Amino acid sequence: MEKAIKRYWPVFLLPTLAAFIIGFIWPFLWGIYLSFHKFTTISKTTFVGLDNYFKVFADPTFVSAFWFTAKFTVVSTILINVIAFALALALTRGLKGTNIFRTVFFLPNLIGGIVLGYIWQILLNGLLTNLGKPLLALDATYGFWGLIILMCWQQIGYMMIIYIAGLQNVPGDLLEAASIDGATGFQALIKVKLPMVMPSITICSFLTLTNSFKLFDQNLSLTAGEPAKASQMLALNIYDTFYARSGAQWKGIGQAKAVVFFLLVIAIALVQLYFTRRKEVQQ
Amino acid sequence: MKKILTLALALCLCLTLAVSACAEGSVYYLNFKPEQDTQWQELAALYTEQTGVPVTVVTAASGQYETTLMSEIEKSDPPTLFQVNGPVGLANWSDYCYDLADTEIYKHLTSDAFALKDGDAVQGIAYVIETYGIIANTKLLEKAGYKAEDINTFAKLKEVADDIQARKDELGVDGAFTSAGMDGSSDWRFKTHLANMPIYYEYKADGISSTDAIKGTYLDNFKAIWDLYITDSTCDPALLASKTGNDAVAEFVGEKAVFYQNGTWAWGDISSLGAENITMLPILIGGEGEENQGLCTGTENFWCVNGTADQEDIDATLAFLEWVITSDEGRKSMSQDMGFVVPFDTFTGEYASSNPLVAVDTALTASGKVPVTWNFTTMPSEEWKNGLGSAMTAYAAGTGDWDAVVSAFVDGWATEYALSH
Amino acid sequence: MTKTRVYHDGAVSGARRVVDVVLSVFLALLCIVWIYPVLLILLNSLKTELAISTTAVFELPTRETFVGLSNYVYGIMQMNFLSSFGYSLVITVTSVILILLCCSMCGWYITRVTGTVSKLMYLLCAFSMVVPFQMVMFTLSKTADTLSLNNPFNICIIYLGFGAGLAVFMFTGFMKSVPIAIEEAAMIDGCNPLQIFFKVVFPILKPTMISTAILETMWVWNDYLLPTLVLDIKKYRTIPMAIQYFRGSYGRVEMAPMMACIMITVLPIIVMYLICQKYIIDGVIAGAVKG
Repeated sequence: MEKAIKRYWPVFLLPTLAAFIIGFIWPFLWGIYLSFHKFTTISKTTFVGLDNYFKVFADPTFVSAFWFTAKFTVVSTILINVIAFALALALTRGLKGTNIFRTVFFLPNLIGGIVLGYIWQILLNGLLTNLGKPLLALDATYGFWGLIILMCWQQIGYMMIIYIAGLQNVPGDLLEAASIDGATGFQALIKVKLPMVMPSITICSFLTLTNSFKLFDQNLSLTAGEPAKASQMLALNIYDTFYARSGAQWKGIGQAKAVVFFLLVIAIALVQLYFTRRKEVQQ
Repeated sequence: MKKILTLALALCLCLTLAVSACAEGSVYYLNFKPEQDTQWQELAALYTEQTGVPVTVVTAASGQYETTLMSEIEKSDPPTLFQVNGPVGLANWSDYCYDLADTEIYKHLTSDAFALKDGDAVQGIAYVIETYGIIANTKLLEKAGYKAEDINTFAKLKEVADDIQARKDELGVDGAFTSAGMDGSSDWRFKTHLANMPIYYEYKADGISSTDAIKGTYLDNFKAIWDLYITDSTCDPALLASKTGNDAVAEFVGEKAVFYQNGTWAWGDISSLGAENITMLPILIGGEGEENQGLCTGTENFWCVNGTADQEDIDATLAFLEWVITSDEGRKSMSQDMGFVVPFDTFTGEYASSNPLVAVDTALTASGKVPVTWNFTTMPSEEWKNGLGSAMTAYAAGTGDWDAVVSAFVDGWATEYALSH
Repeated sequence: MTKTRVYHDGAVSGARRVVDVVLSVFLALLCIVWIYPVLLILLNSLKTELAISTTAVFELPTRETFVGLSNYVYGIMQMNFLSSFGYSLVITVTSVILILLCCSMCGWYITRVTGTVSKLMYLLCAFSMVVPFQMVMFTLSKTADTLSLNNPFNICIIYLGFGAGLAVFMFTGFMKSVPIAIEEAAMIDGCNPLQIFFKVVFPILKPTMISTAILETMWVWNDYLLPTLVLDIKKYRTIPMAIQYFRGSYGRVEMAPMMACIMITVLPIIVMYLICQKYIIDGVIAGAVKG
């Protein structure tokens, strides 16, 4: 059987493989190659070795974008997961109207990043004006919290759904045993439910972590990095380096930034998976 | 299998080549001004209908012109016509600029001041002249007992504004000036356009047209006018950071303010007040001889032809431009539909602009007032403007002092100039 | 979750009921907060331009400021919104169909055929899911331009390439749990692999298909940067791109039509969501468990 299928590889494997090469593998490898070069158009490239990488770390906008992104990622990951988990707990108690709540909370997730950004820009700017505070684009602190609120609004519903699924898989007899042993609701939560939904926590924290770290659309439409790039995240910073700055050196630096960014994402993903997976095994 | 695939691929390649080769030059204009997108599209369609030459007009989304141009110019079918905002913008794109010295559009240009040159090579040609100043509601001004013509010095302007501000309840306004909003939809009116004034006077005093280090000789005047804007305003200075361009328009159109700093391009927003109730005053900061100072007139819209495009595309583009500035349809579209003042000698008589704010400028110039040039095109970078804008906002809000503005203006100039040269 | 409730008796359930009521009220309030942003846009899209300054944004439309659907008409005409809508639809539908078809076949192949090619493909797919788009944006748009994959009708190939990772991952995840016996039986009955796939495997994959389709639709429909860089902007604009065009060159935003267009963009999604809510939520769960 295996042989028979293998003979059909041009039908089964080739289309995806070809598209995968065009859409991912080739651009990826080429990107790495270009990160060692100086170029404005790809017909004229000069090899500059690691020069671009040195310049990346010497670029203050990249460093500040990194810290902004890091802060944003930590805060949003924690907030989203805590709130989503709390909501999931509330929605697995058999309350009336659970379905309506679930429907409403999930809704924002379907709205695209650009549109989301504009919706919140209008709302938050209106709010800030009425409070007599500077607009989002003028104060990086408000920009930061604006992004956090936006991200929470978008992601909480999604994560909540996953947590609900996880909580529903907690066997009833386990909770029964806990309550017979005299465990309070809180103890049952910490000792029984939490370990049992660890796989969901792994997934949700992974998703929020990478989503936040790679955030682009929302950043572009909500603050566009204003004021003076103070609310610019890494993805936007790279885009900016590539397309908004003219001059022979910037494209190469942008590509090098992208490689650094990619390595960061991989590192974060691996570290996160390692830690949460280890927790799962212990139980 | 492999052979068939190769053959098919080769065939496809030939086909695409054949298709692209048979086109006899085409025009691709990457337009900067979203407001005029419709008119350009119509003009392009008309030209294609008459000549058969395909003309594509794409307008970049606001604030994304540079990024769009950068990504488009890399493509196999790049823009043949794009624009830069002045000498600083040109520096980034001069490699792509075709020399326009021998072209019809350059020959029709009314003044060399409207061309961007590198030695003898003409790299950019302005296609619209704009004017800004302090737009005033004459109806309200008369109600307060003043005439626009009498305001010809900073002292007088301040006197009038202070008086209106003091009597605002009686006059039914919220303030003399519209809110000087400092968000992205409005801050360029101050960090760029207002900041032009001290630069203009300094250049004039020193007899130069650009510099690598600004001295800030007229920054006290700059402070005086900025103080006036933010104190005699519809809102508390601390709130400026939360005001937008739309807010200022709403205040002015709603007759809640008498003065509104903006330019000829804003006519469409405020036309509901009626041309007879509107005039434009020079921005007076107390410079020498300001009794004769006119409005600020200049351009930051220059056409450049992409020299790296195919020769037949370049020729097609030049032919299109010539048609735009000489044909009846093109002239009508630019002057009347787009409402531009166009610096070509073909735009006379019925093709002169019908914008009432432009008429104010023409009248002032005719009466002997000297227009203020746009020197902000020599500002070293966007970063410089942003730095200045932030400092001005902080100063207005009371969280920063004026020294920070001076530092952003003077020190920032030197730093940014060094970075971009 | 009646299961858990059984284990509590009298006294506890009294306290529990109070908690439940408080919680219900709280959640109901939270729901209102949750849909408020969309409601705010809806209300403002019915007002005149001048009534949407930042200070007045929270005011309800009054007799003077209410303009009915005129913003919608203006927005749709001005921005050529319907054509953007059409392009977005074409791109999303073709891409999702192509991804489902090709990736399910590929997923089946690499689970049923063991060997280095399959293993490598699987690893690469997992790898590609983590790679940020910025890493390939420049080179990908260049490649797409060279190969003329820059119109709404063939950009799906790019989406297949860049979206293959997640889809292949989901299909292989599911296929691993499907016993091979039925397929072998079909083989003995004389079916070739193509027949086996479409007659036997394809129907089994249906639930995974739906989940994958939903995840990919959400991605492609809302995607901004890829079409902006890849698509031939001379001719085509998707909805997320069109929304950007309500800003003037001097930074002035046409707020009212922009909000109208946001509503036109959001409403179909909301309606679709309310209709196939169950599938979408199941899809998300399935996607998360496998991913």
